[in-house]
Amino acid sequence: MSESVAAEHDYIGLSMEAAQMSDNKTKTRDNNNNKNDDVLNFKATELRLGLPGSESPERVDQRFLSLKSSCPVSGAKRVFSDAINGSTKWVFSPGSATDVKDIKPAVPVKEKKSSAAAAPPASKAQVVGWPPIRSFRKNTMASSQSQKQGGGDNNNSETEGEAKSGAEPCLYVKVSMEGAPYLRKIDLKTYKSYVELSSALEEMFSCFTIGQFGSHGGCGRDGLNESRLTDLLRGSEYVVTYEDKDSDWMLVGDVPWEMFICSCKKLRIMKSSEAIGLAPRVMEKCRSRN
Amino acid sequence: MDLRLPSKVLEHILSFVDSNEDRNSVSLVCKSWFETERRTRKRVFVRNCYAVTPEAVARRFPETRSLTLKGKPHFADYNLVPDGWGGYAWPWIEAMAAKCPSLDELRLKRMVVTDECLEKIAASFKDFKVLVLTSCEGFSTDGLAAIAVACSNLRELELRECIVEDLGGDWLSYFPETLTSLVSLDFSCLDSEVKLSDLERLVSRSPNLKSLKLNRAVSLDALGSLLRLAPQLVELGTGSFSDKLDQEAVSKLSQAFSEMKELKSLSGLWDVLPEYIPLLYSVCPGLTSLNLSYATVQMPDLVELLTRCSNLQKLWVMDLIEDKGLEVVASSCKELRELRVFPSGAEGLNDTNVAMTEQGLVSVSEGCPNLESVLYFCVQFTNAAMVTIARNRPNLTCFRLCVMEPFSPDHKTQQPLDEGFKAIVERCKDLQRLSVSGLLTNKAFEYIGTHGKKLRMLSIAFAGDSDLMLHHLLSGCESLNKLEIRDCPFGDTALLENAAKLETMRSLWMSSCCVSFGACKLLSQKMPKLNVEVIDEHPLETRPDSSPVERIYIYRTLAGPRLDMPEFVWTTQKNPEIGVSHLAIK
Repeated sequence: MSESVAAEHDYIGLSMEAAQMSDNKTKTRDNNNNKNDDVLNFKATELRLGLPGSESPERVDQRFLSLKSSCPVSGAKRVFSDAINGSTKWVFSPGSATDVKDIKPAVPVKEKKSSAAAAPPASKAQVVGWPPIRSFRKNTMASSQSQKQGGGDNNNSETEGEAKSGAEPCLYVKVSMEGAPYLRKIDLKTYKSYVELSSALEEMFSCFTIGQFGSHGGCGRDGLNESRLTDLLRGSEYVVTYEDKDSDWMLVGDVPWEMFICSCKKLRIMKSSEAIGLAPRVMEKCRSRN
Repeated sequence: MDLRLPSKVLEHILSFVDSNEDRNSVSLVCKSWFETERRTRKRVFVRNCYAVTPEAVARRFPETRSLTLKGKPHFADYNLVPDGWGGYAWPWIEAMAAKCPSLDELRLKRMVVTDECLEKIAASFKDFKVLVLTSCEGFSTDGLAAIAVACSNLRELELRECIVEDLGGDWLSYFPETLTSLVSLDFSCLDSEVKLSDLERLVSRSPNLKSLKLNRAVSLDALGSLLRLAPQLVELGTGSFSDKLDQEAVSKLSQAFSEMKELKSLSGLWDVLPEYIPLLYSVCPGLTSLNLSYATVQMPDLVELLTRCSNLQKLWVMDLIEDKGLEVVASSCKELRELRVFPSGAEGLNDTNVAMTEQGLVSVSEGCPNLESVLYFCVQFTNAAMVTIARNRPNLTCFRLCVMEPFSPDHKTQQPLDEGFKAIVERCKDLQRLSVSGLLTNKAFEYIGTHGKKLRMLSIAFAGDSDLMLHHLLSGCESLNKLEIRDCPFGDTALLENAAKLETMRSLWMSSCCVSFGACKLLSQKMPKLNVEVIDEHPLETRPDSSPVERIYIYRTLAGPRLDMPEFVWTTQKNPEIGVSHLAIK
């Protein structure tokens, strides 16, 4: 499980959870596919006040780890049914009337407390952005701690997702793309290979390249997770390049991964035609490709 | 007889009208007043950069000198807004460069600013004077160098808690020798060491320098020589305060501090060693603002410092101050207006067992008659304490209590903290900002809705039993401008019932609540003047209407849907083919 992951330290937000989530998502998707008729039937389309997905808790669990009790399906409904009886102002979608029967007694205060307390302390650290301390402050305090401990506390420095980490080389690189209106920033340390990098980039910028992949089995963003970077872009107009320590623009994929992450300063996805003006090595690659 | 005021006369009159609220009223009188006002407005504030287009602003106020912009929602500070969401400064800088050449001040908060932006500023505004970036990101020290080299009349360069790609300390050396106009420099958020000689020369040729905030890399030794060069400083942010100095260096530093007769604000003090605290004694009586939130000093040393700060109005400190220390603050700092107490634990969860409870805040509320703004992180609280605080300080305008363990009840009675917050909203009639925490039920929100009539900003986390509570807030809080909610079981009904309210607010943020996709679509359809953004990094493939959304950000806008949305932001306008299903609430 993800108990050891301190989600709120991840600069990208939920990306650590993302790995978990996409695993769980596949499970949920399978469930949904199996119950196809459910999608069409009334129960599934009703708007309920409890978490609608509560039959399939995977999606909810990660985020609400210690806080599941905060959204008690029964408790929420109970209160609303009170309101309904009291006034006609609140209207329900008809389907939920069937659920009124299932209502358990309102969750008393104590029960909440104990269920919250029952969650292991480690799960506290999982809640993104809680307590509400600015990331800047968190990182400053964290690096201050690690300095005091002689830099020996690895957890702190690893969980600093920010570019500001004092002790370690900064592995945040900007990623820009020809024609995209915005830059992204990624932490190269979160990827272990070109494959992982390529799928991340592909996800980030797929809305721009989606047209290019029509020939690759007609998949949109979902079907190409396993492709290699070079395969991905072979046949398309785009190449991924990076600026290295000597400020030269090189083609991504040539050097071993470890060497790449040490020398990469910036990434840029550009059209092959643009890449022609770059270092000869890049041109050569483009030629051999075409 | 022509009853209109000649526009020259009107212009002259308007030159005395500073407040934009008044100017907004002026512009509604008639067309000619609108025209004259817009041509003479000098400062523009856009508190949500997506509420209006840059072109519209630049076109309307061509003579503007100063632009203030805010981008991402407040919860972005706590990593709740995914990277790449938006808030780009570039379109604004481009628009202003094209239409408003007189622009000389730019203040940006929570925006993405790139090096290209900074280069554009440097190139476009000939007399650029003030650049203040707060919680911004996306640029490197190269961009700073561009500003430094080109803005020959630069007065203020302040980087407050920005995430900067730090490529080294060279940027500082780009300030030309001819630049003598500097009034304020804040590079406290940078990591790299700047060349001391460059810094010293810059400081020596800046006779108007009033505010200097150094980064951690500036040593204590260096601080001494800088202070000797700038004894006129009103605001000082020190660098690291922990190097070992010999006796002579210490006494020189002490001397330097005692020469600073104008100093009113002190911050920095990273890693300050207790033996250096006495160095600050000489400036304490003059201080109105003291930021010890990075000073990991224990209570006794803090007390020594604070007993000497009789004129202090603003104090930021860590919970290492403990209840005892806050008692000293209560008796020594009678002018105190703002108190912020931050947690010292590494994870923010106070694992250092610090002896700070609700009593500390109670003491300060008793002793400091001018206390109006509070931010207090603590492990536990009681209703009785809040009742006392409210009784003592009905003049509170900002009360942000963060009980760090979600769902914590009153630790003495085990009751929810409803009654405590009730006292706060009932008694503090001018309360404008409130953050609640701990165990809360329906009642708390009923009270807030009933009494919080002047409340403009409200932050809620891990609270509540049901949707009814959101309804109380939206229907009761008349002045509500910004509402941010996370991890509460608030959902569709209250949102849709109070849709009209959302147009009277700047923004609503809800994350990890129970809002369904269908409701978002419906709301979007009902309310064309709102941008309803569903921010979902992991949407289900089929996205049935009943599926909950991860985050929803709703804001009023004249600009329509924005064009720079990343793939994880969904709006009806972006995906019109999905539309709204047959599902309806009514």
